[in-house]
Amino acid sequence: MTSSVKPLIPDDDADRLAAAFGRRGFMGAGVAGGLMATPLFAAGAAHAQAGDAEITVDQARTAPIPIVLPSLGSGVAQQITDVISADLANCGLFRPISASMPQGTPDFGSYKSMGARAAVTGKVMDQGGSLRVEFRLWDVVTGKQIQGTAYTAAAQDWRRIAHVIADVIYGRLLGEQGYFNSRIAYIARSGPRAHQTTRLAIMDQDGADSRYLTNGQWLTLTPRFNPANSELAFMSYANYRPRVYLFNLNTGQQRLLGDFSGISFAPRFSPDGRSVVLSVTRGGGSDIYTVDLATMARRQITSSGAIDTSPSYSPDGSQIVFNSDRGGSPQLYIMSAAGGDAKRISYGHGYYGSPVWSPRGDLIAFSRIANGSFSLGVMAPDGTGERILTQGFTVESPTFCPNGRVLAFCRQSSAGSNGAGFATGISTIDITGFHERALPAGSASDPTWSPLNK
Amino acid sequence: MKLKLLGAAGMALFLAACSDHANKNVNTGAATQQVGPAPGSEADLVATAGDRVLFALNQNTLSSDAKATLDKQAAWLAKYPQVHVQIAGNCDDRGTEEYNIALGERRANAAHDYLVAKGVDASRITTISYGKDRPTAVGDDEASWAQNRNAITAVQ
Repeated sequence: MTSSVKPLIPDDDADRLAAAFGRRGFMGAGVAGGLMATPLFAAGAAHAQAGDAEITVDQARTAPIPIVLPSLGSGVAQQITDVISADLANCGLFRPISASMPQGTPDFGSYKSMGARAAVTGKVMDQGGSLRVEFRLWDVVTGKQIQGTAYTAAAQDWRRIAHVIADVIYGRLLGEQGYFNSRIAYIARSGPRAHQTTRLAIMDQDGADSRYLTNGQWLTLTPRFNPANSELAFMSYANYRPRVYLFNLNTGQQRLLGDFSGISFAPRFSPDGRSVVLSVTRGGGSDIYTVDLATMARRQITSSGAIDTSPSYSPDGSQIVFNSDRGGSPQLYIMSAAGGDAKRISYGHGYYGSPVWSPRGDLIAFSRIANGSFSLGVMAPDGTGERILTQGFTVESPTFCPNGRVLAFCRQSSAGSNGAGFATGISTIDITGFHERALPAGSASDPTWSPLNK
Repeated sequence: MKLKLLGAAGMALFLAACSDHANKNVNTGAATQQVGPAPGSEADLVATAGDRVLFALNQNTLSSDAKATLDKQAAWLAKYPQVHVQIAGNCDDRGTEEYNIALGERRANAAHDYLVAKGVDASRITTISYGKDRPTAVGDDEASWAQNRNAITAVQ
């Protein structure tokens, strides 16, 4: 079935990509993901028990946590410090404070007088091709070490060590899993607006280390991460047949997903990563199907005759939110994952689209279009509590970070009559509506957030 | 902006008038040489019938203008039975990417079904949708959006 499909990227490119991603693992056999992490016990200070964090995310939202973050050294050690600092500051929940690295136990009195709640100490050792990063996190108020860990990894993976450390700080101080050690796949765009070149691309969540996965020969849209592994589903117009494909980031292998007669599009993985829900055009509408990835068995779950699209699973896999114009205009509906009756949940002014269910389960993010402009919002799965987070000419394609606290989305500006002024990029925003910022991804659209890197 | 729209419509009328006029030329018996597009070509379709129909916001209903264009396309296709076409549906950018892929296909399908009803063999027509990703007019104003809500017939 797939043998007749012309590869989207040449084999040598696929080999290069597989090599590039294959080496992303940390050093250290037998350890998950190759990251070797060993505990560092507190020297001369009481060791705090791992327990509930004292600071809630909501508190941090209104008053970012001041944290002393001294430079871990020069060269790559400074670069690691900078990445940790940027992660903490950019999420909006921390206020990193520069300082010089203390000898031994920090002077908590002076840190307290600076207003700090927490402090980092550590150092970076180059071990000939690998790095050992010793990291300690301190509670400034009690003077206790909250965590001490030495990380060893290939020198080229220094960014990843930094993100792991930033995640530990986030997790220990806020009591929630961080999301800095993750990636965002997206569509890189170039060329004239009437016929843009689109490439499947991927970068770290902070915009670093971006690379193309396809060569731009065909229109390529809507990548979606498998929440369970390093696999993407995406839509390609390869050979002028717009359909959904799968791309394995570890092997570079790609395959057609199902063999539908209509256009297959709008893929999203099930929470366990074992199946994909998507829509397929039929006549003047589109139906929603699921495809089992192991057997490629497919199951049609809507047949309204209207446009049913943009399906997204609840995190427990029991329900699907989707976009449909069965009632006359594009609105959001919820149904059982097995199909059947659907209940409309969107009732605000205008049209709704691109719904996505939060991994926490409590929110559905969406785009709303009214009076010629877009809004990005969230609502509870029963349609209550709608809140608009941001607005713009176009704000769409929201995607949640792994812990559900932040959305990445596509923001586009309007174009003048000759196309001038058109810009498309990826931004992030906290689900409270605060702290919107543009990612340094260049001309881009269609973000999809990965699960935490393994 | 209105002027631009009228300009485009005016050009279509002008082209239609030209072809009508050409058809009414008196045959003087003089040897004629082909001028203009090659018969059965894309350019011929554009000049003879018009290659596209436009739609209202969020609609796939064929207007009387659209039906008139498709009638001419059907007649043209009857004249060139070996020609296959692909109808591409497109949308303005005031919808989401995914919904617009389906909406574009719905528009292409409306044109497809009309041509089939007018006797064109369905096996000669394929459809595709580019959603909002292949705008004809690159601006973001009512006139541009009106141009971008279309179904464009292309000779394969």
